Amino acid sequence: MNQNRAPIYEALDNFKRQRVVPFDVPGHKRGRGNPELAEFLGQKCVGIDVNSMKPLDNLCHPISVIREAEELAADAFGAAHAFLMVGGTTSCVQSMVLSVCKAGDKIILPRNVHRSVINALVLCGAVPVYVNPEVDIRLGIALGMKREQVQKAIEENPDAVAVFVNNPTYYGICSDLKAIVDMAHKAGMLCLADEAHGTHFYFGDNLPISAMKAGADMASVSMHKSGGSLTQSSFLLTSDALSEGYVRQIINLTQTTSASYLLMSSLDISRRNLALRGKEIFAQVLKNAEYARDEVNQIDGFYAFGKELVNGDSVYDFDPIKLSIHTLDIGMAGIEVYDILRDEYDIQIEFGDLGNILAYLSIGDRIQDIERLVSALAEIRRLYKKNPTGMLSQEYIDPIVVKSPQEAFYADKESLPINETCDRIVSEFVMCYPPGIPVLAPGEKITPEILKYINYAKEKGCNMTGPADADINFLNVLKN
Amino acid sequence: MDIWFSESHTPDVKLSLRVTKQLFSEISDYQSVEVLETPEFGRVLVLDGNIMLTERDEFIYDEMITHVPMAVHPSIKNVLVIGVGDGGVVKELTRYEQIESIDMVELDEVVVRACRNYLPENACRLDDERVHITYGNPLKFIRKCENKYDLIIVDSNDPFGPSEGLFTKEFYGNCYNALKDDGIMVNQQGSPFYQEDAVAMQQSHKRIAGTFPISRVYQAHIPTYAAGYWTFGFASKKYHPIDDLDAEQWNSKHLRTRYYTTRLHKGAFYLPAFLEELLEEVESK
Repeated sequence: MNQNRAPIYEALDNFKRQRVVPFDVPGHKRGRGNPELAEFLGQKCVGIDVNSMKPLDNLCHPISVIREAEELAADAFGAAHAFLMVGGTTSCVQSMVLSVCKAGDKIILPRNVHRSVINALVLCGAVPVYVNPEVDIRLGIALGMKREQVQKAIEENPDAVAVFVNNPTYYGICSDLKAIVDMAHKAGMLCLADEAHGTHFYFGDNLPISAMKAGADMASVSMHKSGGSLTQSSFLLTSDALSEGYVRQIINLTQTTSASYLLMSSLDISRRNLALRGKEIFAQVLKNAEYARDEVNQIDGFYAFGKELVNGDSVYDFDPIKLSIHTLDIGMAGIEVYDILRDEYDIQIEFGDLGNILAYLSIGDRIQDIERLVSALAEIRRLYKKNPTGMLSQEYIDPIVVKSPQEAFYADKESLPINETCDRIVSEFVMCYPPGIPVLAPGEKITPEILKYINYAKEKGCNMTGPADADINFLNVLKN
Repeated sequence: MDIWFSESHTPDVKLSLRVTKQLFSEISDYQSVEVLETPEFGRVLVLDGNIMLTERDEFIYDEMITHVPMAVHPSIKNVLVIGVGDGGVVKELTRYEQIESIDMVELDEVVVRACRNYLPENACRLDDERVHITYGNPLKFIRKCENKYDLIIVDSNDPFGPSEGLFTKEFYGNCYNALKDDGIMVNQQGSPFYQEDAVAMQQSHKRIAGTFPISRVYQAHIPTYAAGYWTFGFASKKYHPIDDLDAEQWNSKHLRTRYYTTRLHKGAFYLPAFLEELLEEVESK
């Protein structure tokens, strides 16, 4: 296929020249009705904020330019079909789960998934079979799933419908995806991949294997993360094991009927860019990442981890574009370094957890900005270094699952002060966001270790989300 | 022919010089580099459309950024010069016999080449045996230095281009770390007159004042810079720029200057009311 094409972009460009008189939504009518918005976003932007119409196709039922854009994306990513998604990768992940599971079905997944996966289980009533990921004790982070653990889960749950894999985790850790796909298929199960952090795997060299290449059946790709499209735009990829029509019906259960052409054209243009120039782009990002890692590792006390973590199983591969840095050796929680970088040095990074920070590197970095980040870290070490004793380090705690997420979420519940909830079953999520991996999900038992984690993370300044009580002083638990 | 070069000082204000010849023009990896011949100001070095120096008025800048710290700290031996590698600051420094080593870090090799070829008056001392030139990112260079220099001179471009990293808190902190216990950092701090420049000057003063125990601003009049009015920052771990001025010692060196004198030295630190106010506004935070 001709990857120089960008059908949605071309149709919009053409549409602009037609000077069509709008008696349809949106009501701002090319910005005229909202001059302040037009001034802020620019005429070019509000001028293409239009509704579905015949020459521009309709995302709910694409037959022309959107369909062509999806076919081009499928070709670029090596998938049987690609869906343009405008509700973020969250909606991709939910559509994957809802496409393969119904109430009571079992799905095998690692517990360190994004909240959107467990949200989908709340919606559809499927039951999680968790594979507890390996944990790196020094870094405090969850790794991938071991092959043997996945095999065991499959054998113990032959009625499960699918295996779900992070490819990679937020920190860049990959499981042995190809082997897991083969195990799942052999047992008659589908394999779903969360590739929110793996768009570049499809285009760059010397990167971990992509889900479609490994033979997975569905993948959720955050084009807006490493791919350069606008926030909230993503691709859902499928193999020929799934019916395109059925997946579209599932997507349409929850997706808007007024999809934004800003988001869709950004997907179209970004796909074209990656298909034509992705190899060079990610070679440069990789070079920047390796440079940054080397420089950070010359600062005593910081550890920017990389491929040395690879162990052939729970860390089958590592995404070298991720710049994750362990901070505990200078006596600071990752979240503290994250806050100082923003407040004192005007540098915004992706997230900080208890023991690590993640600086997101991508298509848009400049080398002088990387120098600033490294120099700021050197300064933080010089000015703030302290004794690390007494610091919590373990980001991941194995859960005790008592009820299914849906059952717990909708059960009769009561709100209790958080420190009186020990040994009760929680009915809501608790997580630091980002990264958005729940420390508690509905149906799990609250333990002293988890309460200690929550109190510590709050004290260190983590942005905790999930519970109905925004201050997280109370938690909803199931009535006894 | 009537050809004029204009530099925008704000979107609504321009400085224009009549040009007789373009001597050099190259787009480097970092910026556009040009040398122009003008009747009034002689040869002019222009980076990304901004005048860096002219033959006619560069002595003011070079003298004020060099002699002020040299007259305060009695025994400066190791100096680091960061930024625009035209060689003017290095030329002033090499006049001091006491200086043993001058490290110079310049991001852009093209600037040095252009100056060597077209501004030899400025670049003439770059081959002094005490001068060591490194081409690379100054942030990277300096974060690896500790307790090494008596004086750091930050001779940067304005803060809205490739030099923006030289106006950051991390850079000033790295400089602090690279200086000895009695070290001094002097930087060009921009013009306090036009709004956008004034905000940049305030931000950089705030960051320096938050890093060094002593931080003072001084001024000079430079016709081709924005509003003809320029400031410098004097930051130090130990020496006060006026109380520790050793005029007698400096005058005994008998260095001939055209702008700097030890009397002017003191006067340069006495600032107009609006500028004092701008600085105090960020010092208290």
